[in-house]
Order: sequence, then C-alpha cells, then structure tokens
Amino acid sequence: MTSHNTALELRRVNKWFGPVHANRDISLSVDRGTIHGIIGENGAGKSTLMSIVYGFYQADEGQIFVNGQECRIDNPQASIKAGIGMVHQHFMLVDTFTVLENIILGVEGGARLDQGLAKARKELQRLEQEYSLEIDVDAIVGDLPVGLRQRVEILKALYRGAEILILDEPTGVLTPQEADHLFRILSTLREQGKTVILITHKLREIMAITDNVSVMRRGEMVAHVATKDTNREHLAELMVGRSVLLQVEKTDAHPGKAILQTRNLNYVDADGVQRLKDVTLDIRAGEILGIAGVSGNGQSELLEVLGGTRKPTSGQVIFKDEDITHSKKFNARDLRKIGLGHVPEDRHRSGLVLSFSANENTILGYHDLPAYNKGTTLDHAAMISTCEEYIRKFDVRPPNPHLQASGFSGGNQQKLVLAREMEQKPDVLLVGQPTRGVDIGAIEFIHNQLIRMRDAGAAILVVSVEIDEVMSLSDRIAVMFDGEIVGELDARDADETRLGLMMAGIREKNGSPHAQQDETVA
Amino acid sequence: MSDATAKFGAPAKVPAWVNLILIPLVNLLAAFILSGAVILIVGDDPLQALEVLIYGAFGYPDAIGYTLYYTTNFVFTGLAVAIAFHCGLFNIGAEGQALIGGLGVGLAALYLDFMPGWMVIPLAIFAAALFGGFWAYVPAYLQARRGSHIVITTIMFNFIAASIMTYLLVEILIAPGGQSPESREFAEFTWLPYLHDFLPFPNTPLNLSFFFALILSGAFYYFMWHTRWGYEIRVTGQNETAARYAGISPARNIILAMVISGALAGFVGVNEVLGVHHRLILDFSGGFGFVGIAVALMGRNHPVGIFLAALLFGALYQGGSELAFEMKTINREMVIVIQGLIILFSGALEHMFRPRIESLFKRRKATATAEA
Repeated sequence: MTSHNTALELRRVNKWFGPVHANRDISLSVDRGTIHGIIGENGAGKSTLMSIVYGFYQADEGQIFVNGQECRIDNPQASIKAGIGMVHQHFMLVDTFTVLENIILGVEGGARLDQGLAKARKELQRLEQEYSLEIDVDAIVGDLPVGLRQRVEILKALYRGAEILILDEPTGVLTPQEADHLFRILSTLREQGKTVILITHKLREIMAITDNVSVMRRGEMVAHVATKDTNREHLAELMVGRSVLLQVEKTDAHPGKAILQTRNLNYVDADGVQRLKDVTLDIRAGEILGIAGVSGNGQSELLEVLGGTRKPTSGQVIFKDEDITHSKKFNARDLRKIGLGHVPEDRHRSGLVLSFSANENTILGYHDLPAYNKGTTLDHAAMISTCEEYIRKFDVRPPNPHLQASGFSGGNQQKLVLAREMEQKPDVLLVGQPTRGVDIGAIEFIHNQLIRMRDAGAAILVVSVEIDEVMSLSDRIAVMFDGEIVGELDARDADETRLGLMMAGIREKNGSPHAQQDETVA
Repeated sequence: MSDATAKFGAPAKVPAWVNLILIPLVNLLAAFILSGAVILIVGDDPLQALEVLIYGAFGYPDAIGYTLYYTTNFVFTGLAVAIAFHCGLFNIGAEGQALIGGLGVGLAALYLDFMPGWMVIPLAIFAAALFGGFWAYVPAYLQARRGSHIVITTIMFNFIAASIMTYLLVEILIAPGGQSPESREFAEFTWLPYLHDFLPFPNTPLNLSFFFALILSGAFYYFMWHTRWGYEIRVTGQNETAARYAGISPARNIILAMVISGALAGFVGVNEVLGVHHRLILDFSGGFGFVGIAVALMGRNHPVGIFLAALLFGALYQGGSELAFEMKTINREMVIVIQGLIILFSGALEHMFRPRIESLFKRRKATATAEA
C-alpha cells in the first residue's frame, strides 16, 4: 500500500459534472522527489483531477492521501496546508502589484503590511537562491515577460510551503528557450526533494523532463509508466487509443501566383501600441504559409487585419493583384464574397455564437448569401441541409444540426468552423490556431483537410503557437516577433532551434527579414 | 438531445420547460407568498385578497376589458425591452420613448386633423414610431459610436422626455383657456375605435391597439428568428466579437435594435393618447416602460412569454385597483408593494432560485445516466 516514499496518492477518485463522468475511478501514486507527468488529450480530465487535488472541486467519491495521511481537501486553503501548490495555466497575479506584494497576497501575516513584507523579503531571498529563480522581487508583475511571471507563481507556491507542486500546461505561453529554463528550475526542485506534477498534452515535454508518466483518456487513467521505458509514439497511442501519425503526410507544394500580399503593413492599436511593423508577406496559391511565434507577437492582429476586422494604419494589402487597402471591399463581409475564408484563432470568442444552434452557426458571416435567403426570410431548411452536409463531410459528432454550438466538444466545434469557411471554396484561407484544444484524432483530420485544400490550389495562411504544427503543416514558415517578421524560411530548412531563436526575436545574420527573393514566382 | 447520446464533455443541460415555465412560476409563487405575508401582517386575509385580485382582473367583462387594456401597454414595452435585450442592450428608456411617442401621436392628431380619419390614424401611429424611435436613436448613437453607456443615457433621456412634455403642455400645447397642463381634445374622427364601438362589449378603454400589439408580437417573432436582420441583431447581442468577425457591424445593429425598441415603446402613446385620453396629458406613460423590463425578463424575450407576462401585469394593475377598492386595509400603496415584489422576484432576483433548481435537474439527470 502506501509506502512512506509516496508524496501523493489518489484512490478511486470519481467526479461527475452533470451527466459527464469527468474522472472515472482514478488511482494515482506519485513518488516523493520525482517529476510526474500527467498527459492526455484536451478534455481527458487532467485539469479536473488536479483541481480536485488542489481543492477547487470536490471528488464525488474516492480518497486522497498526502504523505500517507488521508486528507480531506475541500478548498485550496486545505490543500495549501497539506503542502500542495499549484501553478495555473492562466496566472493568478495582480499585474499592478510588485512580485513581493503578489507573493504575500493572502498570507500578509497581520495588520501591518510592512512587517509582513520585510519577513517575506528575507524568506524569498533564501528561496530564490536555493532554486536559482533569478527574479527581482520589487519589479511590477505587469512589466515582466510571461516566463518570469510563471516563476513568480512558482515562488508563490514555494513561499506557502509547497512540497508538491502542480503545474497545469506550463509551457503553453513560453518560447522553447523559456520552457528549457523552466525545466531546469523543475530539475532543481526535484534535487531539493520537492515533488512536481506536470500536466501537459505535449509529448516532447514529458519525454524531456519527467521520471514517471500517467496517461489519461476520456476521464480514465489508462497507463502508468516510467518515462525511460516508453517513447513518444507509444504515449500518443495510449492517449488516443490507437496509433496516430505525428507527422503530416504531404507531397511537395506547387506554389503558384501570390493571391494575397501585404506590403509594409503597419497596425497601431487604440492604445497606441504598434502591433504590426512593416509586415510584408506573399500568400501563394497551392502553398501553406505558416506563421510561428509566441502568442501575442502580432499574429492575432495580422489575421484580423487580413480578415477585414481591423483597419491597417499604413501599408498595402493586395488581393488578386488589386490593391484593396482603401477599397470599400476591405471589410470582413465583402472579403468573404470575393473569396477569402477565415478560421479565427478563438472559436469561442469569434468563430461561433455558442448559444446558437449548429445550423445557425453554419451561416455566420454568410447569412446574406442568396442560398440562405428567400426574399426577406431566412431559409431555415437550406441552413439545416447545408449544416447536415458539413456535418457529414467533416464527421462532426453528434450529427445534430439543432444542437447548441456549446454542446459540441472543442474538436467538433472547430470542425464546424472549418467546414463553414472551407466549403465556400475560398481562394485564400486564413487559419488561426487550427487545432487549439482539439484532440489528436481531429488534429489529423483537420491537417489533412488543409493539405487537400492546398493541393486544390488554395492559398493558405496558418498561424499557430504550436511549433510542431507549423513545422509539419507549412511549406514556408515566417516567424513573428514583436509585430515583425524576423525571418522567413523553407519548411524543409526549419528546425526547432532555428525557429526558437527567431521566436525569441533573434534574427539570423545572413537571412533577410523579408523574403523578397521569393518573389521570383510568376 | 437524449442522455444516451450525451457526448463526453458536453455541458449538462436542463430541460427547456424548467427554464421557460418552472422558474418563472417559482419566482411568481415566492412573490405571492411574500405578498401574502405582508397582507397578513397588516391584518387581512391573503386568500381573500387573492380571490378579490383574480375576480377583479378576470371576473366580469368590464374587468377583462381593463386588464387587456393594460396588457396592451405591457406588450408594447415588453417587446421594446426584449429587442434591445436580444442585441445585448438594457433599454431603461422605454418610459421616455413612450412619452415622446405619445407626443408624436398628439402632434399628428392635433395638427393633421384637416385630413380624414383614415389618414390621420395611420399617420399618428407612424408618428409614434418615428418619435419613439428617434428618442432611442440618440442614446443608441452615443453607445454605438461614442461608447456612452446606454443604461445611463436612456435613464437621462427619461428625465429629458418628462421635462419636454411638461414644458410643451404648460407653455405651448395647452388647450386655449385651459387650466390644467393638457392639450385640447382631438377631433373625434381621429380617435382609435374602442372594442365596444363594433363588438357587443361593455364600455372599457380597450381599443384597437390591443390587436395592433398582437400583430406586432407576431411580426417581432418573424423578424427576430426568420430574417437576416434579426439574425444579425442576435449575433451582435450574443457575441460582439463574432459579429465583427462575420462582417456584421455591431454599431449598426445597436442603432437598428434601439430604434425599433423606441418605436415599439412609442406605441404606448397610440393606446393611451389616441385610444383612451384623446388628448395629450402629462405622465400618461404611467411606469409602463419600467415594468416592461420585468415583462421582458419574465417572458424570456419571446413574444409568447411577453404576452403572458404582460397579461399577468395587466391583471395585477386591474385586479390591484379592485383590491384597493374592496378591502379596507389594502390601499393603493399596498397594491404597489405587491407589484413591486413581483417585479423584484421575476426581474431583479431572477437568478435567486435558478442555480438551485438547475442543479437539482442536472443531478437527477446525472444519477440517471450513471445508473444506466
């Protein structure tokens, strides 16, 4: 049973959300002084499980043991008392406070703030040195880059006496270099005898850093293995329940004419921040141009400008040899009519109206097409039959055109959006985060659809923060940093280190930032 | 979607009737229980009061006429608030829009009466929509293009409307030689026909506006769910970012929804001014605009629900006056307390019982699935 070397043990934990059995008979044992990975597709129940351990949710059934002692964890306070700390995917920090103030938030220790701060400062200096966190405790959190903010979160947990540290998808917002630094910190923590639980869906991270790994699938724990005894392919198979292709299979591209071009495109937002700087790109027929970059470096703005929802401050946008920058056509509605499809980065915020049915979402953006209207009346029959056709072609489940969009899983929602934009057969397709929050089975399908569309001669722009995805999907890759294209290269020449350096804003000396030399194509 | 096909990760949903019928009824019941307690405290019999209320609202033809007359106003303002809700806007200004709508009716009836009645009446109705719509347009424009919050501006516009009406009725439109702030009576051929003018029905203020309200309810349904303009308004209201992404201009739809909202509220003027008072008076809007918010909330922004909620409030207005008349300890103010409680529970405290009732159903469904 529980050996005294076990830091955390779960026995037969069950959790329901309404009819959804989010965690089914989960048992897990984490050894002290190890890094334990929990891997699974989005929606597999990893985050739910860890929220139970951290006291955000209560398990409906099951027991939790910390250091061999059974614990009732009804709220995060109880969990902190038991020595469990959590670093959330979305940081829980007050941007306008200093690092120090953030860390003592909630554990100020008495009415006089200055005493608490002085005590905390001393303790933090010790912690910092011990774990080489390299952080200025007097810096304002809002000024720090994300990598450092994450370290503040880690420090916060350690300050509260955490012996077990849970990190939920910690690398989603980091560059590969920042992620490496995080892993070094985690290794130090392990050496000091702390226990780390790493939740992720990235196989690479699991292989790089963990000692043991547990795989979850559809709410169940399907395997516990020692990392050294496994490999990426095997883990992927466990996650999905069948073997999957990690590499997209595609033939070489035969790029044609540039269909959508930008010339020195600039965009300054309402706060006066320059989001796009002199962006010059050619999106060519029959080719997938991938944009790599850490999120927040202008990719979203680029998509929105090209999609017609934001007006560029200066520069040109050329669509099918016509400068449309100042044309009346340069808006989201008319661009769709002249052959531009747009799969937005965030399907919940922009791509779908979640409270609408699937068939009402089928016409979003195309609702004034004659196909969906009979005079002044919306043709509900046409909407439903089109939606049924999309559902069939894209294998959306459940196949119910009347179901609310919010009732579909992430992957199926994404398929609904993709179907809507791809089935209009646009000449240019803008795709933001094609597979964010989508399970592996659907990723494969979506990638294949995009390749097929490329082969049919469409010009495709793919923006993704998943570096693997950009590398495997694109024919050409441009890297964005701080609103600029810092480099553009053939996908065959790309590797993680090269891209990673560019993503951190380091230009390659010989490569020109804009691939003007590529304009030789007729 | 049945339980068997419930996908992993799909959010738990409660059956529609819980949301549409059960929760409004529970809210209503809570309001009635509390009202009963208040009546008990002042020393009267709540059950007898309820009996008087219901009899007073529906017990005899006159009562029904009055109830439906009030209902008409609530349908107009309920629809007005609802269309703004569908666009994600909180129109607190139905009261002022009703007043200004009535002003339009009055001006048409007062100054166009050289035309025959069959021309003046439609023009007056059109003027109600035009004036009410304009009164909503200004806050809508400020919201859409300048970002001034619509709640604040529409509240302010209520005050401005009331002041304008007072000024006009005291200084300009007042009947020559008149002592009270009201206009001269309109020529009789411009009056909207009463129901008792052409049906064997007792003399009540119920007039043709009631049927107009029913037609508008139908039109409202068609517009919201069967035209692309209604679709655009709903997209804007549900998700403005998605609207922008789809090439739907939120600003345009905010203005469109508010203008229609103002026009609908303006029709209160048709019922009150053209149908009943036959002259412009002060404060004919009588709080209908504010109650319209509760009507829309209770009616779930759907014309059928709005009609039922409007009927409830119409009955409360009419039965309430009867109650104040019949029972000695219950005065006019007490009736307002009861109305206030209903508005409180079905409007402001809409979400008090909801989470508990919903979780009850979700849990029941969950156990059913788990055992299956």
